[in-house]
Amino acid sequence: MVTTTTSPRDVAARVTDPELPVLTVDDLGVLRDVAVDAGGVVEVTITPTYSGCPAMDAIRSDIETALHDAGYADVRVRTVLRPAWSTDWISAEGRRKLEEFGIAPPSPVRAGGPVPLALGVRCPRCGSPDTEMTSRFGSTACKALYVCRACAEPFDAVKAL
Amino acid sequence: MRSPFFATPPATTMPDAAAYALRLGDDALVLSHRLAEWVAHAPELEEDVALANISLDLLGQARALLAYAGAVEGAGRDEDALAYLRDDRAFTNMQLVELPRGDFGLTIARQLLFSTYQRMLYARLAASSDETLAGIAAKAEKEVAYHVDHATQWTLRLGEGTAGSHARMRAGLVAVWPYADELFEADPLTDRLAAEGVGVDPSCLRGEWDAAVDGVLREATLERPEVRPAAGGGRRGLHTEHLGHLLAEMQSLHRAHPGVTW
Repeated sequence: MVTTTTSPRDVAARVTDPELPVLTVDDLGVLRDVAVDAGGVVEVTITPTYSGCPAMDAIRSDIETALHDAGYADVRVRTVLRPAWSTDWISAEGRRKLEEFGIAPPSPVRAGGPVPLALGVRCPRCGSPDTEMTSRFGSTACKALYVCRACAEPFDAVKAL
Repeated sequence: MRSPFFATPPATTMPDAAAYALRLGDDALVLSHRLAEWVAHAPELEEDVALANISLDLLGQARALLAYAGAVEGAGRDEDALAYLRDDRAFTNMQLVELPRGDFGLTIARQLLFSTYQRMLYARLAASSDETLAGIAAKAEKEVAYHVDHATQWTLRLGEGTAGSHARMRAGLVAVWPYADELFEADPLTDRLAAEGVGVDPSCLRGEWDAAVDGVLREATLERPEVRPAAGGGRRGLHTEHLGHLLAEMQSLHRAHPGVTW
């Protein structure tokens, strides 16, 4: 018997990314769909940011746990790859939270170059546009390493994908 | 050389789409393992991080491809069973990816050859009539664009750097180049799948690949080495002695503790 007042969509949407704990899976665009069938089975559809993102297993189990705790007994989490996730799916709210947390949000994806170019990455600490990429690969698959020339602080930036 | 003794590869009993996914998955899995060996050994901390990230992308691609191969095969083998419970003769990766990591020059030379190839392959596979393969490829192609860029930037730095870095980059190219032809070898499986619009005929990629790699080498003041091609045969389960050692390390935990989780 389901005795809950919060919709399964709202419950799933509040689950946070274990590697970017300020962001919810909804902010990130990782949560694609939440559907409830006639038998009360909740089917949650998620998509990985990167094929090898190790946070996916944690996100899957966190969503199941959150829904169980909210009273939904039968939960299935399924992963889809199509259409492929893009940093353009990070919501405006998600971008704002990233910046607040000290991570530069990604610039919009442009087609054409060898890799999507991050133009004008601003330092999330001092706001200076005078920044330099130190490595295209950062602490997680989705981030690059930057350093600010103005305040000399190193910082992470979500790279456009 | 095709030897009659090895005419029957172990994987051909699988349905075509499964055998094909297994090939691409094995390439990604084995190279992922080789790159992971660099963690804590790379020339600088950023490179530890970069190579680990590239390795992780490949591992994710391998998981998706092996899981799909197992599902299409329908014999109850999941991604773990395929990764950890096959012997070397049942692996169908190309020999290029199993070569020992060598020095940083060799690793970058291999990354240049393989990532350039893999990106072109995935770009075409994204239009496959097989929706799962198309989805995996479209996702992976965006990741591999970063791998190509990484290998390109390092080839330029090493080629145009010091006499020492140039010499090691050149030696790396000489070591991996014999294994380049295998990337483009078509066989009855790829012929059938290409005709059905499911797979990619790898021989179609050669011209575009030659142009891309030659362009990078030229800019890096390096030359394409003149070397004899290796015998090849990875797709038929024929491997260098190095794969068995890699698998022994990769599979030991799973075989010693079947089904272990933590």
